[in-house]
Amino acid sequence: MDQLDKQLINLLQKGLPVCEQPFAQVAMELGSTENIVLARLQLMLDSGLLTRFGPMFDAACWGGDFTLAAMEVPEERFEEVNQIVNSFEQIAHNYQRTHRLNMWFVIGTETAEEIFEVIENIQQKTGLTVFNMPKEHEFFVGLYLPV
Amino acid sequence: MTTNLVIDPVLSDQQQAQLFAEIEQGLPLVAQPYLAIAQQLNISEEQVLTTIDAWQQQGLIWRFGLVVRHRKLGYDANAMVVWNIEDSEVERVANILAQASVVTLCYQRPRVLPGWPYNLFCMIHGKSREQVLGQLADICQRHQLDKFDKNVLFSTKAYKQRGGRYSASVIKE
Repeated sequence: MDQLDKQLINLLQKGLPVCEQPFAQVAMELGSTENIVLARLQLMLDSGLLTRFGPMFDAACWGGDFTLAAMEVPEERFEEVNQIVNSFEQIAHNYQRTHRLNMWFVIGTETAEEIFEVIENIQQKTGLTVFNMPKEHEFFVGLYLPV
Repeated sequence: MTTNLVIDPVLSDQQQAQLFAEIEQGLPLVAQPYLAIAQQLNISEEQVLTTIDAWQQQGLIWRFGLVVRHRKLGYDANAMVVWNIEDSEVERVANILAQASVVTLCYQRPRVLPGWPYNLFCMIHGKSREQVLGQLADICQRHQLDKFDKNVLFSTKAYKQRGGRYSASVIKE
């Protein structure tokens, strides 16, 4: 990554301009050209550094629902339980974390009721308790990782 | 009054849903990405721009931009810091955390007793555990937060970074 790549990552994380030629505008701000900017971004997408340009949104506003859930999984069962949990298409992120509750995952569904169905199914298939922690209040959303 | 200005009609609910599904997949990396999407959906570029702009104004989309892979950028330490804060204090403490530049997300969630007494969650992404713990200590000291019971859960492995139907573009860990 050179200086231009870093500038692109930092600037575009804050938002892509919503106009006819967004990359031309970005190029102008950074003293580059539209073609160079597009080429650099393509390289970074290809290498897996960046995933895509998309919206960050509150699923609840769009008729979907989310929750954060956690489980205490015995170490020797971790891989097995992990496969069961991840087999549900509604599971988004799934992280192993340093705590007695060692498996943390996000469930994203189209309806609020579906969340409970997924939790119930996971509990039945694993025999373990799922801790359900839906968000009650959101104070800040602004993932920004400068490079 | 004479005008040549033609204003395209507002998109129907169905068209808006189609547009949303389309941009959720990610914009094509071309010089005129909004035009490319418009052509795909048989609507005008102007309609795409106006609608996305309105969604942002209404807060339906918080941000519209680049989604990165944080580990690939060197952000290897991903800490979920959880706090047990009296209900009357939650909002005050949450706002302090939310204003700290290193905190990327901050949510109030229900305690699940017995076993989980924590009701305030925030994320700190850093390049190392030491850096994250240092940043956390700094916030605690500056705002006298040391009196609160808290716990830091680092992630040791990420298993699935996308997949849920709505999950693709929402970063919530």
